[in-house]
Amino acid sequence: MKDFIEGSDAVARAVALCRPGVISAYPITPQTHIVEFLASMVADGKLKSQFINVESEHSAASLVLGASAAGERVFSASSSQGLILMSEVLFNIAGMRMPVVLACVNRALSAPINIWNDQQDSMAVRDSGWIQLYAETGQECGDLIFQAYRLAESPEVRVPVMVCLDGYLLSHGLEVVDVPEAAEVDKFLPPYRPTEKLDPAVPMTFGPLAGPDYYLEIRHDLHAAMRGALKLIPSIAADFSRQFGRNSGGLVEAYRLEDAELAIVAAGSVCGTIKEAIDALRQEGVKAGLLRLVTYRPFPEEAVSAALAGVGRVAVLDKAISLGATGPIYADLATALVRGKHQARVNGYIAGLGGRDITIETIREIFTRLSGEEVSAGFVGLKG
Amino acid sequence: MPEHLLSPGHTACAGCGQALAARLVIDTAGPNTIIVNNTGCLEVFTTAYPESAWEVPFIHSLFENAGAVASGVESALRQTGRLDQIRVIAQAGDGGTADIGLQALSGMWERGHDILSICYDNEAYMNTGIQRSGLTPTYTSTTTSPAGKASAGNPRPKKNVMEIALAHGIPYVASASAGFPMDLQKKVKKALAIRGPKYLHIHVPCPLGWRHEPADTYRVARLAVETGLFPMVEFEGGQQTGAYTLSAPKPVAEYLKLQGRFRHLFKPGAEAALQEIQAIADRNIARYGLVKPA
Repeated sequence: MKDFIEGSDAVARAVALCRPGVISAYPITPQTHIVEFLASMVADGKLKSQFINVESEHSAASLVLGASAAGERVFSASSSQGLILMSEVLFNIAGMRMPVVLACVNRALSAPINIWNDQQDSMAVRDSGWIQLYAETGQECGDLIFQAYRLAESPEVRVPVMVCLDGYLLSHGLEVVDVPEAAEVDKFLPPYRPTEKLDPAVPMTFGPLAGPDYYLEIRHDLHAAMRGALKLIPSIAADFSRQFGRNSGGLVEAYRLEDAELAIVAAGSVCGTIKEAIDALRQEGVKAGLLRLVTYRPFPEEAVSAALAGVGRVAVLDKAISLGATGPIYADLATALVRGKHQARVNGYIAGLGGRDITIETIREIFTRLSGEEVSAGFVGLKG
Repeated sequence: MPEHLLSPGHTACAGCGQALAARLVIDTAGPNTIIVNNTGCLEVFTTAYPESAWEVPFIHSLFENAGAVASGVESALRQTGRLDQIRVIAQAGDGGTADIGLQALSGMWERGHDILSICYDNEAYMNTGIQRSGLTPTYTSTTTSPAGKASAGNPRPKKNVMEIALAHGIPYVASASAGFPMDLQKKVKKALAIRGPKYLHIHVPCPLGWRHEPADTYRVARLAVETGLFPMVEFEGGQQTGAYTLSAPKPVAEYLKLQGRFRHLFKPGAEAALQEIQAIADRNIARYGLVKPA
């Protein structure tokens, strides 16, 4: 059914259709709408889940960890400081291989305190062992939730998944979104039946101490599962496309890259703006293209490298920065292109921090600068 | 069925009061119990991969989140209608309860989850090497509150977690000791028969950190109670309904002198500090009615 709704509503409706047994969250702007929508569904009896209001994000993540270990499908959502407060638990959830799905409504980090969008929060936890998917549209916000549960709960993966959506731009932006029927979702996403859980019938110990003789192998297993997800993500996206008749998710999306001489690499809602800028530039005869990262962790090196074959100049647009170094996507992309023996020149640009608008003009500026100075972390739109 | 639900062969120190109390707890609770454990000695000495001493489902996540993880386990059991058959215990040491884990614990109590939370109080961070916690008693020498020429050890009194638990209006709050096994088991049984949040604070000697002979664990635990320094009390519905009473409280020095962590209090010039500790015991005796009027 098509409806004119917020990205937050698209996420909440998708989560409800996945029927998690336990939901827990702590309020933080701009994540709040997602959990408010879910709370009202539970209050109205439309969603039969335990909705637990906790005293911090640390506890929200811990609570869904416990419920997941006890065998339930779970959901949480956060943003910014909340995600960072959770970060200790995020590493733990991944290490314990709990198939938790969490929506991160991307927001800048303090200080200075800033409630607007960038992607510093999720980028800061990129090493936690969570799969990270970035939505471009309100439609994709919901669609990625279905795919996230399929992926997280696949026996060969069993890794938590974070669905990242840009704060306000997607979470509060209204779009026409096609919300599927419950029966369709049930066909796509089987019920969650974990092979191991906390159960007195088969007592097991979760979260043991692992010394130097074991830790390395256990971490390698998690890494291997993440790398294995690179194969599963496209096949889940293809299944999704067959069943629902639209393309969402996957590793990367190539936009007008076939004959492109210049390309931008980016993730999230800014890709909509970039596509418009590219269409305009193409009209003017500039052979520009976009590589949109849907999956950022695991990093799809081969897909990225293949998609950018033949592109001479690549600009990476990061809405986050590893301060004192470069944007996180820039670093990963540069590595991938070196490993892929690319000759492309790669520049890195930082834009949109703390909610600064990225307009078509900003994108044009990046394409213009791409022909000039070599930079790895060039700030765009700095006021003099 | 194994003889014990916490099996022998774990790596606790000789004379560990926590190991003794934890086995009494789980043997009393029985096999239909899920244990959620904060980081600490207990988790370390029972779950070194690939072995586990636990014969019940056990989960350890982090240092401070047992209250929240247990809330999740309980919520999952509630969602699937299994809360009638399976009990949930959240357990931690004194640091994991009173310091770093207090927020998650408070949230769990406030939300009314059907969980028994247990504090194994050995009065310092023993797992990391005997550092001071919020439950370290006055004038205890620890590695981060050492007694020295300018210090008589930890300058602050023990935080009263029992009162904090009571402030949440939970139905059952009690204290017990590794030195009184039958009383401890009775309280575990009673707590688990009550629905809602329950708190049991168990005093457990640590031979390593308290610097007493491993063979003296039981004796030291009993003396803490018999001097009035560790009151064994029970609260139901917010009202005190029980106390382990003493016919004649022993002087605190009898308890303190067995332990190296208080050795500095028996040097010349420490008389006032010793008197202050006696005054703490006297206040406990008066406050909780530990001596029955003749």
